[in-house]
Amino acid sequence: MAYDKFNILKSTAVPLPLENVDTDQIIPARFLKATKREGFGDNLFRDWRYNNDNTPKESFVLNNPIYSGKILVGGKNFGSGSSREHAAWAVYDYGFRCVVSSFFADIFRNNCLNVGVLPVQVSAEFSEKIFNAIYDDPNTEIEVNLPNQTITILSTGAQESFEINSYKKENMLNGFDDIDYLQNIKGEIETFAEGLLL
Amino acid sequence: MSKTLFDKVWDSHVVRKIEGGPDVFFIDRHFIHEVTSPVAFLGLKSRGLKVLYPERTFATADHNTPTINQHLPVEDPLSANQLKALEDNSAEYGISHWGLGHKKNGIVHVVGPENGITFPGATIVCGDSHTSTHGAFGAIAFGIGTSEVEMVLSTQCIMQPKPKKMRININGALGKGVTPKDVALYIISQLTTSGATGYFVEYAGDVFEKMTMEGRMTVCNLSIEMGARGGMIAPDETTFAYLKDKPLSPKGADWDKAVAHWKTLKTDADATFDKELTFSASDIEPMITYGTNPGMGMGISKNIPNAEAVEGGVATYKKSLEYMGYNENDAMIGKKIDYVFLGSCTNGRIEDFRAFASIVKGKKKADHVTAWLVPGSHEVEALIKEEGILDILTEAGFVLRQPGCSACLAMNDDKVPAGKYAVSTSNRNFEGRQGPGSRTLLASPLVAAAAAVTGVVTDPRTLL
Repeated sequence: MAYDKFNILKSTAVPLPLENVDTDQIIPARFLKATKREGFGDNLFRDWRYNNDNTPKESFVLNNPIYSGKILVGGKNFGSGSSREHAAWAVYDYGFRCVVSSFFADIFRNNCLNVGVLPVQVSAEFSEKIFNAIYDDPNTEIEVNLPNQTITILSTGAQESFEINSYKKENMLNGFDDIDYLQNIKGEIETFAEGLLL
Repeated sequence: MSKTLFDKVWDSHVVRKIEGGPDVFFIDRHFIHEVTSPVAFLGLKSRGLKVLYPERTFATADHNTPTINQHLPVEDPLSANQLKALEDNSAEYGISHWGLGHKKNGIVHVVGPENGITFPGATIVCGDSHTSTHGAFGAIAFGIGTSEVEMVLSTQCIMQPKPKKMRININGALGKGVTPKDVALYIISQLTTSGATGYFVEYAGDVFEKMTMEGRMTVCNLSIEMGARGGMIAPDETTFAYLKDKPLSPKGADWDKAVAHWKTLKTDADATFDKELTFSASDIEPMITYGTNPGMGMGISKNIPNAEAVEGGVATYKKSLEYMGYNENDAMIGKKIDYVFLGSCTNGRIEDFRAFASIVKGKKKADHVTAWLVPGSHEVEALIKEEGILDILTEAGFVLRQPGCSACLAMNDDKVPAGKYAVSTSNRNFEGRQGPGSRTLLASPLVAAAAAVTGVVTDPRTLL
């Protein structure tokens, strides 16, 4: 699925300092019944964000007008649980282009990269610095520079570099996806398949 | 060079290595279901692509299906729409489809193995994280996202960096009432839900060697709950005996040739792992969870740990206990429960129903408990009847439902109400997993049965 190219993102950020945020919280299973990729952002963090009568829960960060931006900063082990890509779609559809955490669950990280959300893994110390900076000043801007693979808290200048493999980096910079690549080597795949036992 | 079981299977499926990037990884068997496939088919259509090898993909409806009155039209229009999309897409692209009402229908990770679609040394994916189940056969099996479902449909490949390798050894004899589910929950409680992230796990030692295929599937199924992409167990005579004569297993000379190859699929004696852990079977009790992730589990006779005693954030831990309505130092034994769920890709196989029946035989379901007993497939359902288990369950006041994922993720009507406690044989106790506000205690079929007849959390060893 095509997505917007990612280069340098400068934005305020939304803090969610909980650990083990699982994909059932990001998008509960009852909202997975669509047959199209539309409107998942409305149900992002549904049960943390809304009461049973669909009124917003004021205590939840997405309902707090002080915090906004294209960067979501989560706690350790973000995105654990189910393989539902709907979780990454919901994050993207809500308007986030980048998720920052000190540790990501594998499938969620992979899904993010496939749909145009950049997962940025930072050290636990840097994660603390970001949370503190946002709590000190919700207008603090964070810069995520994909070409240089750095993340910077602009108010303090604190910076850390992050990992991404060169293939995925190229994809994100250009808005390509894996299917474009795989289609181009179909002949090689077919030859490989002929040699299989089962 | 010495190789692990994982290396042998992985390396033999790499079509191409990309410098500084992932491997182009060939997939032997692909399962699809109604929830994570529709957008992948939309992608194919918008790009004008075909399915490269339709015979390597198998569709079954399970996540969204009702578990009663399956002969009637599905009431929820959104669910009905997804089921119809799976049926139509399968027909359009020539994919085998076991829809609702088909005699082979059931949970994808139950019907795959029982029909011999799963085999040792295979690479298997599905848009479902519990695809790790198939690792019980010595396959590399893991969950993927919908973008990857589209990749597999169109090219039979995905792009994957090779994970690191971990081996978990457990030797010794398991105590009375300790099941494969307890072994898995014990490991997760030791590693936490992120302890194996980035790794693919091999389970080794006589505890796993002595396990049935059903037990091995339960263990491998739960690999994802400690963060691992998957887990696997070397194939042996138990594996071959299970697969022999399954409908889609190789036959005749092809079978002999396949088994000869499968026998080579084991870790070489001097092969090394990035991480190796060893536990003792005698340390494992029947387990139960008390919090909102599968790592928050403990021996059933123990008390809930103090926040200070656990690794990780105190705030997250306290939020979790508050959601559950429990306190630090509480005993779990004796806690009142409202619901019991026996089923899911974790514990919805015949052995799980045998275990449940062994406890409830001659007893009665507690009046205040609502019990949902959901077989993993029609084949499991047939065996339950054939073996006389249904009579035992009926006598004890239980009703058997029809196959599907059911209350494991509560996409259908099988939802635990807010605030209620459910002892579940499924795999996740996340907030709201079994319905908004529901509270889940993960446990084995024996623990679930003990709770069902007493109405409170009960050590199953007292009833065996």
